[in-house]
Amino acid sequence: MAQNAVPSTEALDHLVVPKRKTDVVGIISRVFFWILIVALMFYTLFPFYWAIVSSLKPNNEIFATPATYWPRNLDLSHYQFVLSNGKFLQALRNSIIVSVGTTLLALLFGATGAYALGRLKFRGRTAALYLILAMTMFPAVAILGSLFQMVRGDWFLHTPNLYNTKTALVITYLTFALPFTVWVLTNFFKAMPGELEEAALVDGATNFRAFWEILLPLAMPGLVTTGLLAFIGAWNEYLYALTFTTDYRAKTVQVAIAQFSGNTEYELPFANKMAASVIVTVPLIALVLIFQRKILAGLTSGAVKG
Amino acid sequence: MSAISDVLPADQPPILNMKGGNKPTSAVGRRQERLAWIMLFPSLLVVAVVALYPLFETFRLSLTNTRLASAREPRYVGLENYTDLLTDPLWWSSFQHTVQFTVISVLIETVLGMIIALVINSNFKGRGLVRAAILVPWAIPTVVSATMWQWMYHDVFGVVNDMAVNRLHILPDKVAWIANPSTALWSIIAVDVWKTTPFMALLLLAGLQVIPGDVYEASTVDGANRWQQFWQITLPLVAPALLVALIFRTLDAFRVFDVIFVMKGYATETMSVAVMARQTLIDKARLGEGSAIAAAIFVCISVLVVIYTRLIKIEEA
Amino acid sequence: MSETKKTLVNAMNGKASRRSVLKAAAAVGVAAPFAAGMLQGGIQSAAAGEDGLAALDLSGLNLSKDYDGQEISVILGADGPAVAWEEALVAKFTEATGIKVNVVRGPESATERLAQYQQLLGAQATDVDAMMIDVIWPGILAPHALDLTAAMDANGQYFERIVANNTVDGTLVGIPWYTDAGLLYWRSDLVEKYGLGQPETWADLEAAAKTIMEGERAENPDFQGFVWQGAAYEGLTCDALEWQVSNGGGHIIEPDGTVSINNPSAIDAFNRAKSWVGTISPEGVTTYKEEDARGVWQDGNAAFMRNWPYAWSLAQADDSVIKGKVGVGLLPKGDGPDAQNAATLGGWQMMASKYSEHPEAAIEFCRFLTSEPVQRAHAIDWSRLPTIEALYDDAAVLEAQPFFGELKPVFLGGAVPRPSTVSADLYNDVSTAYFTAVNEIITGQADAAERVAALETELKDIMAEL
Repeated sequence: MAQNAVPSTEALDHLVVPKRKTDVVGIISRVFFWILIVALMFYTLFPFYWAIVSSLKPNNEIFATPATYWPRNLDLSHYQFVLSNGKFLQALRNSIIVSVGTTLLALLFGATGAYALGRLKFRGRTAALYLILAMTMFPAVAILGSLFQMVRGDWFLHTPNLYNTKTALVITYLTFALPFTVWVLTNFFKAMPGELEEAALVDGATNFRAFWEILLPLAMPGLVTTGLLAFIGAWNEYLYALTFTTDYRAKTVQVAIAQFSGNTEYELPFANKMAASVIVTVPLIALVLIFQRKILAGLTSGAVKG
Repeated sequence: MSAISDVLPADQPPILNMKGGNKPTSAVGRRQERLAWIMLFPSLLVVAVVALYPLFETFRLSLTNTRLASAREPRYVGLENYTDLLTDPLWWSSFQHTVQFTVISVLIETVLGMIIALVINSNFKGRGLVRAAILVPWAIPTVVSATMWQWMYHDVFGVVNDMAVNRLHILPDKVAWIANPSTALWSIIAVDVWKTTPFMALLLLAGLQVIPGDVYEASTVDGANRWQQFWQITLPLVAPALLVALIFRTLDAFRVFDVIFVMKGYATETMSVAVMARQTLIDKARLGEGSAIAAAIFVCISVLVVIYTRLIKIEEA
Repeated sequence: MSETKKTLVNAMNGKASRRSVLKAAAAVGVAAPFAAGMLQGGIQSAAAGEDGLAALDLSGLNLSKDYDGQEISVILGADGPAVAWEEALVAKFTEATGIKVNVVRGPESATERLAQYQQLLGAQATDVDAMMIDVIWPGILAPHALDLTAAMDANGQYFERIVANNTVDGTLVGIPWYTDAGLLYWRSDLVEKYGLGQPETWADLEAAAKTIMEGERAENPDFQGFVWQGAAYEGLTCDALEWQVSNGGGHIIEPDGTVSINNPSAIDAFNRAKSWVGTISPEGVTTYKEEDARGVWQDGNAAFMRNWPYAWSLAQADDSVIKGKVGVGLLPKGDGPDAQNAATLGGWQMMASKYSEHPEAAIEFCRFLTSEPVQRAHAIDWSRLPTIEALYDDAAVLEAQPFFGELKPVFLGGAVPRPSTVSADLYNDVSTAYFTAVNEIITGQADAAERVAALETELKDIMAEL
């Protein structure tokens, strides 16, 4: 199978990219197209640029009027503060472990569940879909208390005390990562070509083998998209991490950043927080760059030539 | 090209729209049913372990006057928390703000997300850069980005004012973006749109990929213009992906907390239902009343989900 | 940790001399420019030294060695520049007692911190033995606290008002560790330039702010008269309490439980504050918290500011554009017969958890951290305001923090506690109702008299629940 084949996006191009026409309408629409791109880029990137600039300013320049668009005095001390902070690096490691763990579990459970929901006929299918969705319909703050009891093994069951462990975070993060993964992947599986699977079934393969050996590899772009979104969701999670951890055995970067303080509890170490945010954002951007071909490869990439 | 259309029948039923019964009849069907439950088991186990108990607890607590870490003995109060809530003007004003916020921001995010998805999906020089750039806001920690925007909006030293007044001369005077009632909600929405449009765009992009190219070729031959193609081909075919994206975005928007809390604190003029839940549950430590708010939010969201699935079904028919 | 590494770490936190850093850097082969960069960064993040800690003398404390080998967990401040200092301090405690202390960093946000405590204490968790608590929490956390009266009495004389605030039904919930009070800051250079003095009354302040603002706007269109904290959060409760008490408008709820909010002096005070918004104060002030106000002030864009003592050392830091141009003193009072200077009491206490497996060790730690020698070091190195009266006359403290001397009367008389002890575990309900009402008044959404009448009903309902 030519899985890495370039997707056939050309067919869609004419929908957006104006043709290279020489007539007035063509020129105007090209100009409009590029204005749109530039405006979009400015809107999405300026705040990130501002975070970088703020992280490079000395504390007193942050409030400067008129605002300075590049630091008058370049100050790297905020990055030194963050990177020399061993606890922060520990938190960074915790975040990576928790986010990767959440993503893998969500994808594993989500893909198997989604195959059942998307391609198999059975009673209770719709109910199961809604039940899974219901997991994510409460404000997180409302289920915090009961999750806390469960994490501590302090509910009607006697379960191990997982307080202050990364395991507790991975399990609770599934409350938001799993429903999303299941729904998106169910969609993917539903939209998939049926012939290959049927051929496999005719050949005597079981449904599960058809799923594992044929459909799952085909769903790779979907897995990457949902996996990335689940990863970012877990990476950015704050409330559970704050409530279920106390120290750096399990604390994540979001909590570590929120705990940065100035000399006093009133002073907001804005530049340090910005430096830390830039540092934790970079791996995510790298991740996007690494996987973007996969994301874009889309569902149908090369699949059908099988 | 033709291979794609071969395997993707145009009448592919959208998700949640199982026409006909789900009831298996044959032996193969029964085997399928068994396999389905086996494969669903891990997900359902997670639901049972980490979701059912908290959901059950929330409903149970909402019928009591329990307080967190309190020496007071909790008491069963029946539906009192619900009747109190429904007669509380703060709930209704918060509900109104939340609906406003949800409708406006999800609408903008959908349109913008669709534009971005179409742009990324098309072929032009530098699209790799645009693609990566678009996702940056989603990747910045929420805890920090809300604070950063708050300072960007600051009426005296904020960069938004500086740019609009001093550099671009669009505005005559600096504006108190967050304090001024006529700009507060829009300022908050602008942050949410900035933050979550990438999510929408990525999901819609995945949906766009499914559309076979020769459908467009055929319609071009028929003389349809781009605008017609979008409405007649792209939108219907991307509908299932759009539905999922809409459901999850609406779910999130309806529970909006961070942006509003960081920028406006507990100010009643912009309070959302999730901010109200947080104030009741955490600040006031009133688990009973707070759980009732959470349950009410749950009901609102359920209604929204049902409306969405119905709407999309109607579109299909 | 090796000595050199330790010195470098200290330098990052701004607590080593330039020479010692460069020496240490050379020893481990760090390039000099990098070390100098660290030094600069360190100094920018903290202007503190280690003088107080170096002079720490624990001999008078009679710390017990009976709990040698026990291990306790303590939740202290967030992750700031003071961390290394605190760890060095805790090491001295371990050295003296043999008790091993695991310091846990708490959230920076007080609300989140309280929520964390309530989760842990509600679950009767043994994970934490002692913690620092805000001045408004004793009433909320009292059911989970050990009585610290004996420990405090062994330490000496604390400010009566703060002790009373920490006492719930005869139990001392927390020993006062350091304190805070609302202060008025002004630009001494501008006050002088326009021939004005320190404002005695709010009317003085309004007039002075107007004069200075009108004069300065000619050159700096961003210039503001008076900045303060008007967002709907706990900080507004502090500001608004000062307005009403200074105008003779009572304490929201009096110590005997009477709801006194609905009185003309309080309503006048709120109307006065409302009149500032968009005139001497920027329109955005109704969304300002401490740092929003300081941001305007610190870059030289305001004549007056209401803030906590922390703003002093930042305004006077070497890189501050207003260094040497800062005046600080009591907030103004109103015009009525009962008008008085008022400063809302802030600050932190040490509490020991009832669920601790090593209660004696936890209490001993609380006693140590709040003791006179430690408070002296804290005051000298980090300009924390002591809770022990005698330290305001202490030569070493006054040498390091000259303006502390003026603050003693504040804590003896003028500091106003929020009604947190009388409203016990319902304080947050009271405060929420209060700052919500005041925010609606100052943003013009509600009429002061009507809103205060409604607030009175709300507060009475809350107090009836007690």
